Amino acid sequence: MAERPTLTQWVTDLRAGKVSSCELVRASLARIEASQARLNAFVTVTADEAMAQAEAADRDLAAGRGGPLAGVPIAHKDLFCTAGVRTTCGSRMLENFVAPYDATVVARLRAAGAVMLGKLNMDEFAMGSSNETSHFGPVRNPWNTDRVPGGSSGGSAAAVAAGLVSAATATDTGGSIRQPASFCGVTGIKPTYGRVSRYGMIAFASSLDQGGVIAASAEDCARVLGVMAGFDPRDSTSVDVAVPDYLDALDAPLAGIRIGVLREFFDPGLDARYERCVRDALALFERLGARLREVSLPNIPRSVPAYYVVAPAECSSNLARYDGVRFGHRCREPRDLEDLYKRSRSEGFGAEVKRRIMTGTYVLSAGYYDAYYLKAQRVRRLITADFERAFGAVDLLMGPTTPTTAFALGAKSADPVTMYLNDIYTISANLAGLPAMSVPCGFVEGLPAGLQIIGPHFAEQRLLHAAHRYQLETDWHRRVPERCP
Amino acid sequence: MPLTRAQVERIAHLCRLELDPAEIPQFEHSLSRIIEFIGELDRADTAGVLPMAHPLPGLLQRLRPDAVTEQDEHALLQQNAPAVAAGLYLVPKVIE
Repeated sequence: MAERPTLTQWVTDLRAGKVSSCELVRASLARIEASQARLNAFVTVTADEAMAQAEAADRDLAAGRGGPLAGVPIAHKDLFCTAGVRTTCGSRMLENFVAPYDATVVARLRAAGAVMLGKLNMDEFAMGSSNETSHFGPVRNPWNTDRVPGGSSGGSAAAVAAGLVSAATATDTGGSIRQPASFCGVTGIKPTYGRVSRYGMIAFASSLDQGGVIAASAEDCARVLGVMAGFDPRDSTSVDVAVPDYLDALDAPLAGIRIGVLREFFDPGLDARYERCVRDALALFERLGARLREVSLPNIPRSVPAYYVVAPAECSSNLARYDGVRFGHRCREPRDLEDLYKRSRSEGFGAEVKRRIMTGTYVLSAGYYDAYYLKAQRVRRLITADFERAFGAVDLLMGPTTPTTAFALGAKSADPVTMYLNDIYTISANLAGLPAMSVPCGFVEGLPAGLQIIGPHFAEQRLLHAAHRYQLETDWHRRVPERCP
Repeated sequence: MPLTRAQVERIAHLCRLELDPAEIPQFEHSLSRIIEFIGELDRADTAGVLPMAHPLPGLLQRLRPDAVTEQDEHALLQQNAPAVAAGLYLVPKVIE
């Protein structure tokens, strides 16, 4: 199997003058074009802007003043606002929306010299686990185009897996970075809630949403996250905690690190062959000097039902802003104001978004608020307390990212609960606001499996360190699909 | 207990959604499934547990200084509006 070039390699080659940004960007644009009909990873390609940025990056590099990501081709999930380039959120509602400003994440990556090639496909409003809810059509998995790439950041994961970009921004509300990363055989990190600014990141569930990155390796993730992370006065939930140099001490030995193996993640729903990949990874950590112990978090099995109260409740509130008046889709010839609201929203939103808005409205409505919404918030505290107890005794928790490898397109579309249960191992980290990663750890019948690593609040460096040490010993993350693009 | 068609229509109205009559049975079914599924929470013992609204416990919501930070950008912002005239957003007549 061929190997995937890494962002770290490109950064080194660009600095050494072995390759120019214009060359890299031109090659990436050609790959995107060649892949689009097959993978549908992009919603918008910004070729002219990218070439102009690449020329500027080459001038900066020649003058020795390029930023840490100068000249490197990346792309953004299409829910990060980009001034002058449409931001659709995968929805008909925002099909023609052009944000008047850049998201903080976009501005920081641009300031670091990264070249944006375009906007990546995603589940509509980030609500989905298969990228099938996008108004712009499903993304396909580069490893097998009959399979989904995962979601909601399906375009981000597929683009990195197919080598279309060296890294992609993504967001994770219930697993939307980790699940697609695992399905596509790439590395993804969801940071601690509050670590990366949500300013200009279109809101789905505000107490759960967190921006992060998908790339080819933990080291690549560390480079990009180091630029994205940090305090932002424009996001009131951004946390003012210093960002360490994530590249620092990545190579340090792992000896003595305490790893908790999450018992509840090895449930009967876990595919036995997938489990073997994860157990092999754990054994490798043990050989690297980690101490393993089994850890039980008894409230974890309630994560999915708790999430499907909290997330839809927040979604129904956040999506109330789409009223057909100030921006977004508007129906033709409304009879009156109520007709304007109802038809604009009904035409603009797809079925899954409507389902979540309705679920959220139901659990927040009079007579149900205590029974569902407050109850779910209490369960959320129990789940968080489980993690706090665990992190008193271990440094990291590990388990599978998903119960199975990528499923077939259409396989879970008939029943929403079946689809929701695909996120059974990822959702708890969002409820507790914890940083979590997915790292490629093997293959089952040609499809990638992912090892999930969860850490305490603001322990991104520890996660990246463990993942990097693992990747020094394995080559799962370097494998690329046969036909690529 | 499964939701009735009337309940689904009532919820849709609260959401300001107009469902196609043909798609209502599908929403009846899927929403009933979801509500049955989240009903599992009822079995959790949460006596004495406080609701948790924010994932970073103990963190206070920051306030910003009471100072003007935004400029008047209505012309720029209204480029995204479906209907404007004289700097105003247009909606169907509300008051007779």
